[in-house]
Amino acid sequence: MSAVGAPVGAASAAIPPPAAPRSLWSDAWSTLRQNRAAMAAAVILGLLVLLVVLGPSLSAYRFDKPNWDEIALPPLTGGHLFGTDSLGRDLFTRTLQGGRLSLLVGIASTLVSLVVGIAWGATAGFLGGRVDRVMMRIVDILYALPFMFLVILLMVLFGRNILLIFVAIGAINWLDMARIVRGQTLGLKQREFIEAARVSGVRTGAIIRRHIVPNLLGVVVIYVTLTIPQVILVESFLSFLGLGVQEPMTSWGVMVSDGSMEMENAPWMLVFPAAFLAVTLFCFNYLGDGLRDALDPRDRSGR
Amino acid sequence: MLRLILRRLLESIPTLLILIAVTFFMMRMAPGGPFDTEKRLAPEIEANLRAAYHLDEPLYQQFGRYLWNLARGDFGPSFQYRDRTVTELIASGFPVSLQLGGLAMLIAVLAGVSLGSLAALRQNKPADYGTMAMAMTGISVPNFVVGPLLVLVFAVYLGWLPAGGLGEGSAAAGGWRNLVLPVFTLALTQVAYIARLTRGSMIEVLRSNFIRTARAQGLSTGTILLRHALKPALIPVISYVGPATAGLITGSVVIETIFDLPGLGRYFVTGALNRDYTLVLWIVVFYGALIILCNFLVDLIYGWLDPRSRE
Repeated sequence: MSAVGAPVGAASAAIPPPAAPRSLWSDAWSTLRQNRAAMAAAVILGLLVLLVVLGPSLSAYRFDKPNWDEIALPPLTGGHLFGTDSLGRDLFTRTLQGGRLSLLVGIASTLVSLVVGIAWGATAGFLGGRVDRVMMRIVDILYALPFMFLVILLMVLFGRNILLIFVAIGAINWLDMARIVRGQTLGLKQREFIEAARVSGVRTGAIIRRHIVPNLLGVVVIYVTLTIPQVILVESFLSFLGLGVQEPMTSWGVMVSDGSMEMENAPWMLVFPAAFLAVTLFCFNYLGDGLRDALDPRDRSGR
Repeated sequence: MLRLILRRLLESIPTLLILIAVTFFMMRMAPGGPFDTEKRLAPEIEANLRAAYHLDEPLYQQFGRYLWNLARGDFGPSFQYRDRTVTELIASGFPVSLQLGGLAMLIAVLAGVSLGSLAALRQNKPADYGTMAMAMTGISVPNFVVGPLLVLVFAVYLGWLPAGGLGEGSAAAGGWRNLVLPVFTLALTQVAYIARLTRGSMIEVLRSNFIRTARAQGLSTGTILLRHALKPALIPVISYVGPATAGLITGSVVIETIFDLPGLGRYFVTGALNRDYTLVLWIVVFYGALIILCNFLVDLIYGWLDPRSRE
């Protein structure tokens, strides 16, 4: 931590240097760096992603290969770090494979909701007036729908298709994004620096690119880190109900569901995937909180 | 007041219509039908069955018929439970879900607001950090993990509480024991969210000038908190409770599965699996209406907490 301030602070003990222009991002970065919980969460998440992405290919076992001689081995026996499941498959490899799917669904669905939400919200915010009112009224109406039920229905009716999970979950979450982006855009449109840019002859496209979007990006980044865990949760919730991905493919939700059936005899089948799931959600939430502190100008003024 | 209620009622009609239409056509477009059984029915019998339920008509006509019956308060027979109407099924399942969700929400608001206020009063002290770490854990550990773990500890190892089912007799006669674990599991996440929200808004309120005035007048911390700070601090919490009620409702699908409770969520999932068109539609419409009602109540409470928000 001590080396962080060195390049700037070393030369100027008495007189502050003519401050280099500090962008939103460098400012946010230094705030974030001081937030130990958020940094720890980021590091753990990084390791976790690395493990999940590389692990299944490096493991000596295949995640989908049953072994009838090694059914339900406890952890650390027979060369299985986490033991084996009720079909004799290596639980460590399966946990990592499940993580692949859970993370993939989390990120992909968040991207779906991001694209739709930003397009919808920014359009409504920019155009304003009647278009805005109609578009937001649609969002209001959709908000009142019991979405989780529609997603369950979708999964039950049209089979357990990973692509469908992405779309279905993304379809729930874009509403929040649209509202947030619209609110931000409305506020930004009125700000002096936008007016100044306009007066000095910057074209609309450039204003949007250079001034509106970077200011939206902060909110979007916060939202993304907080949405990914929600999406992972929804996916595992669907999987828990038996509506998610199908055997032999697996996700943390599927594993928790299977594990909870065996928990009296083989608690490790529940504990390991549950722990991975919880730690991941924990880290995303802490990181999101830290990013909110670092990037949300409204919160900063309160301190 | 009457005008407000009337306006909300009118506004909710398009929402419900969209909901009905989406659910109706989604179900009908899905492969499979309510009369798919292990044994193939004789074609004549199936044709007769379909005719009896008007499934042989064109889709738009069926939709029109459904809406017409709905307007007269007839939700139709269940396809799955042949001798019972959908309304009867809902009447048997809803009390269970209501009890579960209502109790969980009550506990969540009471515990969440208390913990959040405590954390705000002790800002950046161990009590604050401890509470917030606990809240973060509550948010990050999904309820379908907490549920089985609680069953493992309290039902299997310790044997203090039943693992599931509704139990014999009324709540007063010991039936409450069956509700302890599911309600607690369901409430946990909400406690965490509400505690975090309360802390944030309470810290802001405690900084404001009217609280400083109250302090200067020598009022005790308890009086300041209850008489002055609580109401404004509750505003963001209340606006969260509306959507959260929806969360509780959907969360209860999982809880009902884990704890083997005969609530609405279970009917919904099995209904969808068996293509019980009328039952699924009723439940979706019912929950849609429930969410609208909750949002309306939240608006009313909002007006009471913050008179400025009344138009």
